[in-house]
Amino acid sequence: MPAELPLMLLGLATGFVFGFLLQKSGVARFETIIGQFVFRDFTMLKVMLTAIIVGGVGVYGIHEFGGKDLVIKQAQMDAVLLGGLIFGAGMALLGYCPGTAVASAAQGNRDALAGLLGMFAGGAMFAENFSYYAATLLKRHDLGKPTLPDLTGLPAWLFFAALIAVALPLFAWLERRERS
Amino acid sequence: MLRFFCLRRWSPYATGALLGVLSWFAFATTGKLLGVSTALVKTVGMAESAVAPGHVAANPYFAKTGVKVDWEWMLVLGIALGAWTAGRLSGGEERKELPAMWESRFGASRGKRYAAAFAGGGLVMYGARMAGGCTSGHGISGSLQLAVSSWAFFLTIFAAAVAVSALLYGRGTSDAR
Repeated sequence: MPAELPLMLLGLATGFVFGFLLQKSGVARFETIIGQFVFRDFTMLKVMLTAIIVGGVGVYGIHEFGGKDLVIKQAQMDAVLLGGLIFGAGMALLGYCPGTAVASAAQGNRDALAGLLGMFAGGAMFAENFSYYAATLLKRHDLGKPTLPDLTGLPAWLFFAALIAVALPLFAWLERRERS
Repeated sequence: MLRFFCLRRWSPYATGALLGVLSWFAFATTGKLLGVSTALVKTVGMAESAVAPGHVAANPYFAKTGVKVDWEWMLVLGIALGAWTAGRLSGGEERKELPAMWESRFGASRGKRYAAAFAGGGLVMYGARMAGGCTSGHGISGSLQLAVSSWAFFLTIFAAAVAVSALLYGRGTSDAR
């Protein structure tokens, strides 16, 4: 029996909304994801960039005024870059990422389910290889847990202003282009 | 109001913004942000524990990740339920057996598609765990925090996926929307 039932239910409810939004946005589809990577469908970029901007402004607000610590992932740069290349290649082959694979499989798509099973296998394999990486790859170019503000000395709001300055004309251009 | 929830598709900007707001909610209520790949590793650990409990208990990666039902695990269960519900409300996605774009390039063999999906999934998870997260954990949650690791990840996965997609599908493939 899980120790904290309210927290579990909170997770379930949060995830429910997450999955609901993934489905409604159209992003939990092979066609949408591969469509993004061949630059025919920009749904994925629109969703993610908007989420990053809106989410980031609020989270930084909560961080600065609510005192909650950010949860930054370790910048073990060799591992992040190599892992990223492997992930990207896999995503192009599968046509889903972990979250969208779960969302798609839940709707009955068998290739997404096959992908999930592959993810379990990949995870199991990594667990076996982890000790090796911990002693080698994961130690190389470990920058700690910096944010872009940490690295540059520039304030967070400037980065969000820059993201908005890029996103708005980009979105406007995409909408004009897609209308024609 | 209900009709809104039964729409087949919502604006990507609206859903993106709502995902952002959901991130505020997660952060404010738990101090954590959205992520998926870690929960899948926990599931692997739980499944492996059923057949080889000693092996899982001795494995440093499962020790690091944890092997239990928690907020992160329930989140992924929630994703499945939420996506299913959203699909049902709009009458279910009309889906042929295989994505049209795949089929026009690789043929109608379902076995071939499932094998490729399995292999792709393996690479996705292996890469995610090596990098420390996936498109949710790094791509959204990390990027919105302006994390260096996450921006590096996001740009790298995008470049790799674009390159491999070009290799797989090239130009002049049939349009599939």
